[in-house]
Amino acid sequence: MNEPAGSSLGKDAWMRLRANRMAMISLFLFLIILLFSLLGPLFSKYRYDEQDLEKVFLAPGAEHWFGTDNLGRDLFARTSHGGRISLAVGILATFVSLVIGVTYGMVSGYNGGKIDAFLMRIVDILYSLPFTIFVILLMVMFGRNFLLLFLAIGAVEWLTMARITRAQTISLKRAEFVLAAHALGYSHTRILFHHILPNLLGPIIVYATLTVPAVMLLEAVLSFLGLGVQAPMSSWGSLIKEGAEKMDAAPWLLSFPGLFFCISLFSLNFIGDGLRDALDPKSSKD
Amino acid sequence: MRSFILSRILQAIPTLLAIATITFFMTRFAPGGPFDSEKAIPEEIKVQLESHFGLDLPLFHQYLLYMKNLLRGDLGPSFKYLGWQVSELIGISFPVSMTLGTCALVIALIIGLPAGIIAALRKNTIWDYLPMSLAMIGICLPTFVLGPLLILVFSSTLNLLPPLGWYSWSDLVLPSCTLGLFYAAYVARLTRAGMLETLKHDYIRTARAKGASPARVVYKHALRAGLLPVVTFLGPAFAGLVSGSFIIESIFFIPGLGKFFVTAAFNRDYTMVLGTVLFYATLIVSLNLLIDFLQAWLDPKAREQK
Amino acid sequence: MLEKRSTFCKIYYSHIQTIKVFLTSTMFLSWSCLFFSCSAPTNVEKAIENQILHFGLGAEPQYLDPQLATSVSAHNVLSALLEGLVSENPKTLEPEPGVAESWSISKDRKTYLFHLRENARWQNGDPVTAYDFVYSYRRILNPDLGSQYASMLHVLKNAKAYHQRSIPWEKAEVGVRATDKLTLELTLENPTPYFLELLNHYSWFPVHPPTIKKHDAFDRIGSQWTKPTNFVGNGPFKLKDHRVNSVIEVTASKTYWDADNTRLNGIRFYPIEAVDTEERAFRSGFLHLTQTVSSDRIDYLQKNHPDWIHFEPYLGTYFYRFNHLTPPFDDMRIRKALSMSVDRQILVEKVLKGGQKPSFCFTPPNTGGFTANDQFEYNPQKAKFLIEEYLLEKGLEEMPPIELTYNTSEGHKKVAEALQAMWKKSLGIEIKLLNMEWKVFLSTISKGDYSMARGGWIGDYVDANTFLHMWRTNDGHNQTGWSNQKYDQLLDLAETATDSQVRLNFFQQCEEILSEEVPILPLYFYVHVTLRHPTVKGWYPTLLDHHPYKFVYLEKEEEP
Repeated sequence: MNEPAGSSLGKDAWMRLRANRMAMISLFLFLIILLFSLLGPLFSKYRYDEQDLEKVFLAPGAEHWFGTDNLGRDLFARTSHGGRISLAVGILATFVSLVIGVTYGMVSGYNGGKIDAFLMRIVDILYSLPFTIFVILLMVMFGRNFLLLFLAIGAVEWLTMARITRAQTISLKRAEFVLAAHALGYSHTRILFHHILPNLLGPIIVYATLTVPAVMLLEAVLSFLGLGVQAPMSSWGSLIKEGAEKMDAAPWLLSFPGLFFCISLFSLNFIGDGLRDALDPKSSKD
Repeated sequence: MRSFILSRILQAIPTLLAIATITFFMTRFAPGGPFDSEKAIPEEIKVQLESHFGLDLPLFHQYLLYMKNLLRGDLGPSFKYLGWQVSELIGISFPVSMTLGTCALVIALIIGLPAGIIAALRKNTIWDYLPMSLAMIGICLPTFVLGPLLILVFSSTLNLLPPLGWYSWSDLVLPSCTLGLFYAAYVARLTRAGMLETLKHDYIRTARAKGASPARVVYKHALRAGLLPVVTFLGPAFAGLVSGSFIIESIFFIPGLGKFFVTAAFNRDYTMVLGTVLFYATLIVSLNLLIDFLQAWLDPKAREQK
Repeated sequence: MLEKRSTFCKIYYSHIQTIKVFLTSTMFLSWSCLFFSCSAPTNVEKAIENQILHFGLGAEPQYLDPQLATSVSAHNVLSALLEGLVSENPKTLEPEPGVAESWSISKDRKTYLFHLRENARWQNGDPVTAYDFVYSYRRILNPDLGSQYASMLHVLKNAKAYHQRSIPWEKAEVGVRATDKLTLELTLENPTPYFLELLNHYSWFPVHPPTIKKHDAFDRIGSQWTKPTNFVGNGPFKLKDHRVNSVIEVTASKTYWDADNTRLNGIRFYPIEAVDTEERAFRSGFLHLTQTVSSDRIDYLQKNHPDWIHFEPYLGTYFYRFNHLTPPFDDMRIRKALSMSVDRQILVEKVLKGGQKPSFCFTPPNTGGFTANDQFEYNPQKAKFLIEEYLLEKGLEEMPPIELTYNTSEGHKKVAEALQAMWKKSLGIEIKLLNMEWKVFLSTISKGDYSMARGGWIGDYVDANTFLHMWRTNDGHNQTGWSNQKYDQLLDLAETATDSQVRLNFFQQCEEILSEEVPILPLYFYVHVTLRHPTVKGWYPTLLDHHPYKFVYLEKEEEP
């Protein structure tokens, strides 16, 4: 049960991650998407909100690489602009829900008994509250603050994460290595974060990568309620939603934002798997 | 065990009461009322309508009245679907959503579980990458894209299945596939993760060292504990599935419960919001209870202690 | 690490089992597809034989009490189930004999005497009498019922006073009286040229008194009498089934006085809310007609299915409200500038593309014989000048940011985005768009918590009054804070005017005031775009989108 020093753990993990071909390809792809979102507007002649009513619904071509939408706006510019918002929301909100959910779930599962029952009933309550009205109330109280977006998304997305973490924690807390750590007199916090957490990483990372697309699409729902991005700004969620409605007449409106959405999810997913392997305490022990 | 069930049921009561209370006040504090519309109603008519539904009483009085009726099992009349009790509307639409949700879940499990297990056993091979990539595609295609896409292929082009409606068994295929494929992806990903987590544990090695056959190792030992994350996920997921999906219902024109969840909030149909929320809450609470049982049964460590 | 991974792989497990499950499930799916393959004739094909119209209703009407209903979809169903004193010509909507066989109008045009036909029957065989109408009008005007459309009956003498609780019924002398079983006398407050057309609004339809009494008190909301087994109507069809959010089914009524001339055997109304789903339903032969068409599909449908798509005039105006109580819209120049710099022609042709008409006045053309002269002009140069003048006077560098509020919808968003770009281009003004959920939007507007907001108005009857009365001081629909005494006076004068030319002249003056002060910014006049199958006959475009069903029938397309 020797624990490697922090730096060498990180170094080891990075070495292992680099050995994972799939993860490295994904990381590369993801960086490209990130660059596309950040720098894409520089390459485009058009602004994301620039309209040309003479050129609506143009198919992709030399002039407009990804085609144009119903107001003659360049889809390349809109997709790359939308990427900034979607990636920011997707990753930040997922991170927030990850932190809350994992901590909450571990505390609940580790303590068990009355504390566990109480904490889990709160989760039950939060699951049930009407989301639409919750968001509307948030906006009434705090105005249209962009931070609210994370709060609203965070409030729903951490719940399942907490339950999954709790279930794993309960299963792990009777494992031999945890019992051994108890015997060695380690503190609860240390046991939770140094012994239990690393063994939870698999399901957590997977669920986090599953949360990213859910969050990106939830953002489109929230913008329906007036929270989040305002027209004429775009996000992948809203672009995909609009594209889906025009699927058969102008398929590019769905396929380009959809493609970027897919590639980033794919790569996040394989990066996640690679990370899990790389950080796996068992493999580092061998 | 019996005391465990009993204590959980006792916990459920304050939980549901808390949900009812919070929801009650949340709906009332949201701007707009059930009778607001673009055509302005004369003030005296609005007053009349409000007094008919008891909305003119002090808010706390309304709350007590609602709770009193609730304890008698009365969810009250809908403000929007006049002439209907909330419980009637839920009673009509729940069987529809239940059928659809169960079918979707079955599809999700039939596809998701084997895919996840294979991927875990053959980690980092083509048998891993292929099903997992398919699963990712399932996640990348949100239902509002997949639904119309399936209709385009199976209905408009191949003319095999009806594009909408809820009249015969054939109407069940497309919507439950749309919903099911999405959840299948989740199930596959979580199964794989859970399996991988278990396969590395010492007791699996011990089992194999003792000479258990590989199939037995998977079935008897790895699978049970490996399913923990999926099972945990399935609790809320199943509650969500059987309480209807607004998107699927509107794409396929299905008279399910999901529509009421969404429109009740938009209509400020207070009783309907409360009714659907409480219904969903009951589902969540009881399913989470069931899941906690399942977890105890699946988890070998927990069983050893019993 | 490597060694570790290989130990996993050593857990040899035959995949055959799992693959089997995989394959069988896919097989099951594809077989079930084949098994249920829908080669059966569609609704539309069967309809030539069974004469059942499959009707896209758009929204669930929720409640089928004509005196409490509030929606277009309720109208579409109720006009099949009930018939008022007069019915309407399917092409022109001019009044035709309905329950009343004939009628006469007094010299001062304030008293109408209706002679009811002897063979008018409720679906249970009861005769429809003048007393039923008195009962119905008393019921809807009863303040305890809380009918939202009771104000439609305020044209009746003393009806408003009774409705607003100032006088009890016995003393109120409301202008409705049954002189005998078959004669009904209606007395009006003012000569109302559109009175007979008004009678085809569902609020004027009769209800069957014994049925109402049987199921609940006279003035109760939410009575069970509208349920299929209870409903008793007097129209060409009777209610057979009502499944919420699924279907409303009506079948031809044998007791209807004109049953011999009713050609449809029944109508099924489907409340399909999603526009794309409705279109798919239509294309698959599930529906004969849709409620609407997605604006982005119009181009495509026009090119590929010109025989399906229909553009019909519709009595409605799309506009923006200005909030007069807050700067900068308290200043007329800014309102004018914004209006002058909108190119409505481009908006209609390039953005909306649904056959809408640009609106340079508020009342849609030819509303009850009234067409306002175009008033609102397009003049971006002048607009720019007005803005500069304003800025100079206020000592501002540039315009403070303006917010445009609209309720969330693809259509509203598209218009808002287009206008935002237009204003930026022609005036250099930055407009911020704010979308809101519907009820939040409504409460925001009525609280006056906006600077510019989307609005729309659909006429309740074919007369300019239904449009122009909105902008009276403190009218419930005004919500802009705008008030103009002269405007109010002109409307009062129009109400009492007996000569129609004089009346129209008052309306023209009202329109002129609107264009002078620009309390609102009219953008376009609605058009009703629908898909309708060529087999539907006897269906004509009408301003109010009324289509008397007894004239409708289904006939095979002629081979070209």
